[in-house]
Amino acid sequence: MKHKLLDIARRVLILLLVVWTVVSLVTILIELVPGDPATAILGDAATPEALEQFRRKHGLDRPAFFFSYAEGEGLRWNGAENRYVDYWRLILRGDMGNSFRTDRPVRELILSRYGATIQLAIAALLVAVSIAVPLGVVAGTNRGNLLDNALSVVALVGISLPSFVVGPLLIYVFAVWLGWLSPSGRFGWSSIILPAITLGAALSALLTRMVRSSVIEEMGEDYVRTARAKGLNERTVVYKHVLKNGLIPVVTILGLQLGVLLAGAIITEKIFNWPGLGLLLVEEGINKRDYRLVQGCVLVISVTYILANTLTDLLYRRLDPRIRVS
Amino acid sequence: MNRLAYFGLAFIVLLVLVALFAPWIATHDVGVPDLLARYKGPSAEHWLGTDATGRDIFSRVVFGARISLQVGLVVVSVSSVVGITIGALAGYYGGWIDRVVSGYLFNVFLAFPGLLLAIAMVAFLGAGLNKLILALCVIGWVGYARVMRGQVLKVREYDFVQAARALGARDWRILFFHVLPNAVQPLIVQASLGMAGAVLSEASLSFLGLGVPPPAPSWGVMLEEARDLATLQRAPHAMLAPGLAIALTVLAFNFLGDGLREYLDPRQRKR
Repeated sequence: MKHKLLDIARRVLILLLVVWTVVSLVTILIELVPGDPATAILGDAATPEALEQFRRKHGLDRPAFFFSYAEGEGLRWNGAENRYVDYWRLILRGDMGNSFRTDRPVRELILSRYGATIQLAIAALLVAVSIAVPLGVVAGTNRGNLLDNALSVVALVGISLPSFVVGPLLIYVFAVWLGWLSPSGRFGWSSIILPAITLGAALSALLTRMVRSSVIEEMGEDYVRTARAKGLNERTVVYKHVLKNGLIPVVTILGLQLGVLLAGAIITEKIFNWPGLGLLLVEEGINKRDYRLVQGCVLVISVTYILANTLTDLLYRRLDPRIRVS
Repeated sequence: MNRLAYFGLAFIVLLVLVALFAPWIATHDVGVPDLLARYKGPSAEHWLGTDATGRDIFSRVVFGARISLQVGLVVVSVSSVVGITIGALAGYYGGWIDRVVSGYLFNVFLAFPGLLLAIAMVAFLGAGLNKLILALCVIGWVGYARVMRGQVLKVREYDFVQAARALGARDWRILFFHVLPNAVQPLIVQASLGMAGAVLSEASLSFLGLGVPPPAPSWGVMLEEARDLATLQRAPHAMLAPGLAIALTVLAFNFLGDGLREYLDPRQRKR
């Protein structure tokens, strides 16, 4: 029991450290902007008064960090009145500041797009699983023969195909050539099909390999021999016995990949003009130099990613009692 | 090595030759638009046709190999040197260095989507080839450091290392001449997969408009320019050529990496 508590404490500590690092990175990254964010947004033609007002409104007139270094002045201690602490105060209040461009709260902008990204990630996950499980089982139960080798090559090709190649290709075939689906946007249930396949394709290839090796490993276990000896047909053995155990490691990969999907969604959302977080980050944030919005998006995507990973870890422990003990 | 690995190696050699001799292979100037020759299909004049501004796609794909390989080589060399050094120090000395590196840095970098960090860095630094390379190095070194640390922990206890130490060899000598040669195999695999990752990341960032600025013939930029509906309708081949180039390059490095891993680890060898 004591051991278990220590383990949980260690995990929570690492989680907190990681989140602290991510927030710090996001806070400090804004200092990398060449020149001055105020000029970048208001333009060179802006009056000094306008620039000054903008800086004051967004707290950019305050020192960046606890200490600063300037030629002549040397190292100077700024105390707690700095932008790093300011951003932390905002975050801890559940706020993310106001957009540099539109002055709307970043939190509101992100919440309006968050659902679309999650929806896309889950749809992609479903696509990946429904492709990977049957293919992986077929490859695993036919180990070493032509079918298995062919599927392995297909899987490796799938992993190597980036979404920005798959996406436009799907748009060309299904939207331009056949005219079945709309090439972009989010309206009606059918508009999610192409983005979900695009985002899920690489994952399905990776999962196929996982399911395959997992099935091969389980097929050699004693309980499989027992099940066969009982006279169960091969179908039942594979789908009821092998798959149940074989999918446990796959679940871990799934959870870890949910995070990768969230990050990968940035590109897919851009291809299909899918109004999620990624599109918000690229089109509204990066392209329009709305640095406050970029900070918020990066923060939310990373924290979601970290939480997905942690939850997977916990779920994995619940699924397999053998792991809970050790 | 298996057949796929040889295919990968052959393709990589071809790619390197194309990149080296690009000016002699390319048939047209890559930057000059020809508005009279927009959306042309493949022909004797333009082997792979032309894009929306009438530029020769074949020549652009050829020069694109230069950008991809350049980014890949620089990113892999810099991040492997940095990663190997950090991993070696952490594995060899242990103690607080190891606690910081493997307890904190590895966890942070593992818990963070690499592409997002690269996107965030370039978003704030501004787009450009050098900044893109910097961002990819920042996310790239961790893989090498982890492999190197694991190898050092293993090799450190071997008799010949103990013997070298007993003979009074200095730490750097042991690390460089005794530990590193024994840790090099998995690092080569990591580097091959790292090339695939770097090529893919460069194309991704360029596709998002965060990498090499547009007139340059980066494969990612070419794909981005070819994916609007007007171009897809009139010249779908404009997207196929760079797409195929990226896919084959990434595939080749992955095949090579997988093949090397199997070859270098006798336990995984089938025959």
